[in-house]
Amino acid sequence: MTETKMIKAKINDIPVEVPAGTTILDAARKIHVNIPTLCKHPDLNATAGCGICIVKVKGSNKLLRSCCTDISEGMEVTTHDSEIIQVRKTVLELILSNHPDDCLHCGRNTNCELQNLAAHFVIRGVPFHTYKNSLPKDFSTGNIVLVPNKCILCGRCVDVCQNIQNVWALNFVGRGISTRIAPAGDILLADSPCVRCGQCAAHCPTGAIVEYDNTYDVWHALHDKDKYCIVQIAPAVRVAIGEAFGYEPGELLTNKLYAVLKKLGFKTVFDTNFSADVTIIEEATEFVSRFTTGGTLPLITSCCPSWVDFMEKYQIDMIDHFSTCKSPQQMMGALTKTYFAEKEGIDPKKIFMVSIMPCTAKKYEISRTKDMSASGIQDTDAVLTTRELSRMIKQSGIDFKNLPGDDPDHIMGDYSGAGTIFAATGGVMEAAIRTAYHYVTGENLKDVNVEAVRGLKGVKEGVIDIKGTKVKVAVAHGLGNVEYVLNKVKEAKLKGEEPPYHFIEVMACPGGCVGGGGQPYGVTDYLRTERAAGIYKDDVDQEIRCSHDNPMIKKLYQEYLGEPGSKKAHHLLHTHYEPKPVYIK
Amino acid sequence: MSFNRYILIYRESDAGVDKNENLFDAFMKELGEKDPSNSVQVVDAVMNGKADPDSTLVKIIPDNIYFKCKDPVDAIKIVDDFIIKNNPVKKLEAAANNIQYRIVLRNCGVIDPENINEYIAREGYSALEKVLFDMTPDEVIAEIKKSGLRGRGGAGFPTGNKWAFTQQAVGDVKYVVCNADEGDPGAYMDRSTLEGDPNSIIEAMAIAGYAVGASKGYIYIRAEYPLAIKRLEIAISQATEMGLMGKNIMGSDFSFEIEIRYGAGAFVCGEETALLASLQGERGMPKPRPPFPAVKGLWGKPTVINNVETLANIPVIIIKGSDWFNRIGTEKSKGTKVFAVTGKVKNSGLVEVPMGTTLRDIIFTVSGGIGNNRKFKAVQTGGPSGGVIPEKFLDTPIDYENLVALGSMMGSGGMIVMDEDDCMVDVNKFYLQFSVDESCGKCAPCRLGGRQLLTYLQDIAKGNGDLKDIDKMKRIGNAMQKASLCGLGQTTSNPIQSALKYFYDEYEEHIVHKKCRAGKCLELLTYTINPEKCSRCGICKRVCPASAISGDRESGFAIDNAVCIKCGECYNRCKFDAIDRG
Repeated sequence: MTETKMIKAKINDIPVEVPAGTTILDAARKIHVNIPTLCKHPDLNATAGCGICIVKVKGSNKLLRSCCTDISEGMEVTTHDSEIIQVRKTVLELILSNHPDDCLHCGRNTNCELQNLAAHFVIRGVPFHTYKNSLPKDFSTGNIVLVPNKCILCGRCVDVCQNIQNVWALNFVGRGISTRIAPAGDILLADSPCVRCGQCAAHCPTGAIVEYDNTYDVWHALHDKDKYCIVQIAPAVRVAIGEAFGYEPGELLTNKLYAVLKKLGFKTVFDTNFSADVTIIEEATEFVSRFTTGGTLPLITSCCPSWVDFMEKYQIDMIDHFSTCKSPQQMMGALTKTYFAEKEGIDPKKIFMVSIMPCTAKKYEISRTKDMSASGIQDTDAVLTTRELSRMIKQSGIDFKNLPGDDPDHIMGDYSGAGTIFAATGGVMEAAIRTAYHYVTGENLKDVNVEAVRGLKGVKEGVIDIKGTKVKVAVAHGLGNVEYVLNKVKEAKLKGEEPPYHFIEVMACPGGCVGGGGQPYGVTDYLRTERAAGIYKDDVDQEIRCSHDNPMIKKLYQEYLGEPGSKKAHHLLHTHYEPKPVYIK
Repeated sequence: MSFNRYILIYRESDAGVDKNENLFDAFMKELGEKDPSNSVQVVDAVMNGKADPDSTLVKIIPDNIYFKCKDPVDAIKIVDDFIIKNNPVKKLEAAANNIQYRIVLRNCGVIDPENINEYIAREGYSALEKVLFDMTPDEVIAEIKKSGLRGRGGAGFPTGNKWAFTQQAVGDVKYVVCNADEGDPGAYMDRSTLEGDPNSIIEAMAIAGYAVGASKGYIYIRAEYPLAIKRLEIAISQATEMGLMGKNIMGSDFSFEIEIRYGAGAFVCGEETALLASLQGERGMPKPRPPFPAVKGLWGKPTVINNVETLANIPVIIIKGSDWFNRIGTEKSKGTKVFAVTGKVKNSGLVEVPMGTTLRDIIFTVSGGIGNNRKFKAVQTGGPSGGVIPEKFLDTPIDYENLVALGSMMGSGGMIVMDEDDCMVDVNKFYLQFSVDESCGKCAPCRLGGRQLLTYLQDIAKGNGDLKDIDKMKRIGNAMQKASLCGLGQTTSNPIQSALKYFYDEYEEHIVHKKCRAGKCLELLTYTINPEKCSRCGICKRVCPASAISGDRESGFAIDNAVCIKCGECYNRCKFDAIDRG
């Protein structure tokens, strides 16, 4: 390995030593000098659009963008002086001259990077002309809303959509002051290749791309006497919601969530971690069956609705490889309106099933196909993202921080460690390995921790030894990383070779669901790591670490579903996929 | 077959102008009778610039004498007196522009651009032959470095260094790209070179390819240049047929091929990173540099991008040597520069002069000065984003550094001359509108700053300006210069900044006194009838399209300025000079 060259330079007369290739911006942060930015995001390439992060470099008569200028040996940088601050303020005023002054009814009010900057720079009005856009909002997807009037053209959404997610739904359209962000070809987002992952919204510095807010649908249902409101909480929510209430990232708040949801008026509180355990039972069964009987391999996970949508649009020839298992959200919805309803004697039509998800695509998944109405009516009625729930809690006046914890409703609330790790990239794979090992060998793994599939590396590959049988697995997160894995599969197929993998996990969002498009704003690899650490702690804290050992799961199969993969299980818990070619109507 | 003399009959470069058949036939007929040995060839030539509508320009080579011919009889006189008897025909002679020095345009209008043999006959492809067989790539780059040639696209980066960086960059594949996305309003240097001498560009690209280690070149050219495209295509196919392009050029190990790609009309695609994005089929938006194209360019590979005019210099430098080239020009700016002189000069057109020639020489000596007895006011160099230069700096020798010091720039060579009938606010507004329309929209200072400046100018031109606006314009202009990503945004405010420096009084007049001395800002004009001069003929009332003039021959006429649309029709039509404009 070649050693990275170290660069010595000075920022504001403070010596700094960083590896070659470090930008001035990052080098400054290292010595706790904060250069303001609007367009640069740590996840993304520098688009160099906003012009806020400019600095002076000795010997250059221009101001340079610190986000995309590498620091070099002996460089002397000034990040703040009266001239730089004046230019930054002017640029900010120019941006605001084209921005609506409607912070009070904006989706990002009090949580907006532009608003913060305007506050820091003491903007008390725009001294220039104003050009307010009057472009229509795009509600077409029902889960992501484009508000082009609020866009500052930082280009983050375009970069994340094209380069991180490889979806290419968003692009710049128009020229000069008419430039805006829109789906390529200026069509509706719903008609575009958008897979609703929401990474655009998660990275947007303003309120130009936000989730479709369903909180009032849920309030409505909660106040409807005829409705029996039930809620489920996805694994990734419990380690992220605390960020909205001043907790450290990754703080595990499962019991507080159960308690707050009951306070909000939900009659029954379930945990998606339980249905994640169900997913593992079905998916491990499917895998072992395919592996031992020569079925289509590799098997590819299907818990992530954005990934499902992506595959139906861009990877049509891989449909046969998809697990037919529904996602945990949909399994929970179907079981609630059948198993639970029957058991409790509740009319399923009266049940209003809400799920709290880290995800914008989950809002799309509930009506994806007829299979999502396995109970005869739509199995899940409404989806709230983590962000929406945190707002609902704030509306309700509940003192979240001082609220004592509570338990879920045990029938579909108790979970194993395998269920909770669904939140992190590699978690579904790890959970499935724990159970598949048991199905093949009749024993549990001595060490259930499968480190090879953990962490933030874009593609993780590993070989699992199931008593001499080698199972090759791959995990990809961030849709842009899928191509590498699938190309290897396709190449092997073309050459008539053994598949390079037997089992593949894909999560659309970088980091998996902990980095989901519906999670609290400001996601970075630091937050992804902290949230995942909270999840792995939850796993370790569980007495039961494997889905098949969860007694409530055993009960579910004994009392209702029969064998894993049974006809009833198939009807309620499995789905099918169809090609959806893009740009063709 | 060889000719002793050539008679070049010029027409304008627009494809729509046919050759002057009458004059052509007259020369042919007269020569047929008087020159049985067939030693003189008559050539249908294309001139760089606008033709005099009343006469046709004829040039005799090698005598380098120009004649202005008005009708076929003149052809007879030229053949009889000048060609046969060698007597001067002073009456028909036109001024030769002696201070011009042609390197880039050496072949333009002299050879048939659609016949590669004519290019070869003038040492064409011998530079390529020389580098392929007598020089190493390092020697080629050293020679270009030594010549002092700087990029003619505007920024003036040393071409040899650019080549060296590309050569040194690590990459399995490298590319040569010719930037022929000439977009400045009124500029057509590159177009003329490509239309008049396409082979010189192709040859230069191959030399660049040999020097940096590339075997593929792209010419990115505006789709609005169909004739240039056609001639490039012909040149490439003829060169390929002759083994001067393609595999194993002239039997050497070097292979090079060229593909033509069309620009879709975005000015910003002349910026190299935006050009590369467009070439790859992406939206043409500038990207931050570094990485420079020399390291990471087209398809992520090391790429050398040179402008047409830069490339046109290359074969000459190789043949005549860097020492020869080095002697032309100023200390830091070597060689010549082609300018497209437009606006209020008598002879608008292309001018190629050595670097260091003064603005005054270009405008007054070569281009004939200002017509219509008007006075020179300013010249805007560097296209829409150059600065305006007033009379007191006309004796500045032109080079990259001097123009920047004056608040303007070399740019690609547009030169717009203004006289006292031009209004600074109006001219600023015109070019700013162009820059604003052509902003790619990516970077906030350019996208919004330009729009702000334009609104202020529109206000000032309408009489709604405020002196405080000037401070705001300076603040915005400064932020644009300092914080824009690419050259477009960094220079958009140049014309305004320089006008505020050199023509502040005109701005002040517009803002404080609501007057436009040139009469260009229509909203500031008022027309009144001077009753002492008025003969009450009533023509003003009849021609007024807005019915703004009331009255009759008994009581006299009056203009209602609230209704008046400032078309000036009454002013132009009054035979008694009775309408005052102010």
